[in-house]
Amino acid sequence: MNIPYRPITLGLIALVFYVLLLERAMAGGGHFYTPVTDPLVKEECGSCHLAFAPSMLPARSWQHMMGNLKTHFGDDASLDADTAAKITRYLVDNAADAGERGDGGKLTRGVAGVPQRITELPKWVREHREVPDWEWRHKDVRTKANCVACHVGAAQGNYDE
Amino acid sequence: MNRTIAIVFITASISFSTSSIAGPREDLLAQYAVAAKSSGFSAERGQTLHTRNFNGGKPVTPACTSCHGSDTRAPGSTPIGKSIEAVAVSVTPSRYTDPAKVEKWFRRNCTEVLGRECTPQEKGDWLTFVMGQ
Ligand code: HEC
Ligand code: HEC
Ligand code: HEC
Repeated sequence: MNIPYRPITLGLIALVFYVLLLERAMAGGGHFYTPVTDPLVKEECGSCHLAFAPSMLPARSWQHMMGNLKTHFGDDASLDADTAAKITRYLVDNAADAGERGDGGKLTRGVAGVPQRITELPKWVREHREVPDWEWRHKDVRTKANCVACHVGAAQGNYDE
Repeated sequence: MNRTIAIVFITASISFSTSSIAGPREDLLAQYAVAAKSSGFSAERGQTLHTRNFNGGKPVTPACTSCHGSDTRAPGSTPIGKSIEAVAVSVTPSRYTDPAKVEKWFRRNCTEVLGRECTPQEKGDWLTFVMGQ
């Protein structure tokens, strides 16, 4: 039998490539969370850790956090009032409950209260249920907030590996 | 004609000398010297501040080197895995040129490591140390 392997393989490669592209392009897609693009937010909220995607918390959470930067998870992340106001506006405009701009609020659906940690959202906890204990304590991870240690594409908004 | 040339020349040489002699880093050092009523800064004391273990701050970050690394010319990393460009001016020439940024991080990082803000003398010593690195 004469099966045309080459065209099939090429076709498959093209298909996989297309699906990957499509997935990345879809802002509402499963593993994509629009990364921070604003240079001010990148600088001020991205020097101690990854600048977390605004669509991972609701607007009320960002507002509360931005009002308490002096005691930010044990760190002093305080900023002058003008800078803080600009950053708050960006985070709120792109928050989980900002509709399409908030990537559809995938992580926060049904969440009540004013959560301050992405890593304590029920959906986040569920997604990471199978990550073994030793992996969290690995010297290259150390904290759940170190998304980039496991998700190499986190800064680009990809959380699929 | 000659006057214009002379003026252009003088203006050029003044702006040249201000940028090479009194850049923002030197201005900062001068301010720290006034505030500290200091007779001078020492790179050696700066190095000691940089590498010493304190126990007044957060336990995970006993020293400046906890985040900035022991090699001033190599990148460092925060406890949350964010990489930090080298503190040595020879490697990162843009460093310490924005006084508000320098003050902001001295305030945060000294509190983190020493459990208090650094004195103007300590800041001047540390800056002198990394400027020579
Ligand atoms: C001086 C360092 C510093 C700066 C600047 C900073 N943070 Fe943080 N942030 C921290 C620390 C420390 C934690 C706790 C990390 C951990 O649990 O390991 C944290 C945690 C967080 C978390 C929760 C992460 C989780 O566990 O889900 C969010 C959200 C956050 N920061 C947002 C921000 C925003 C927004 C800004 C900018 C206004 C900012 N951070 C600036 C130090 C900083
Ligand atoms: C110790 C490694 C590790 C760390 C640290 C980590 N994750 Fe994950 N994450 C995983 C694993 C493993 C999965 C499951 C992957 C899968 O099912 O495809 C996952 C899944 C996810 C998913 C779901 C992806 C999907 O649609 O299947 C999201 C979103 C996510 N992580 C976000 C984050 C964020 C945000 C952070 C930082 C605050 C973080 N993760 C930190 C390992 C980690
Ligand atoms: C918890 C981690 C951490 C520790 C500990 C730390 N730093 Fe930093 N430092 C940073 C981060 C993050 C930045 C900002 C990112 C950058 O400038 O690349 C920074 C920036 C700075 C800056 C401003 C740099 C500039 O270009 O203007 C100075 C000054 C500084 N640190 C001094 C110190 C001194 C002095 C100590 C010890 C007393 C120290 N740091 C300890 C994390 C740390």
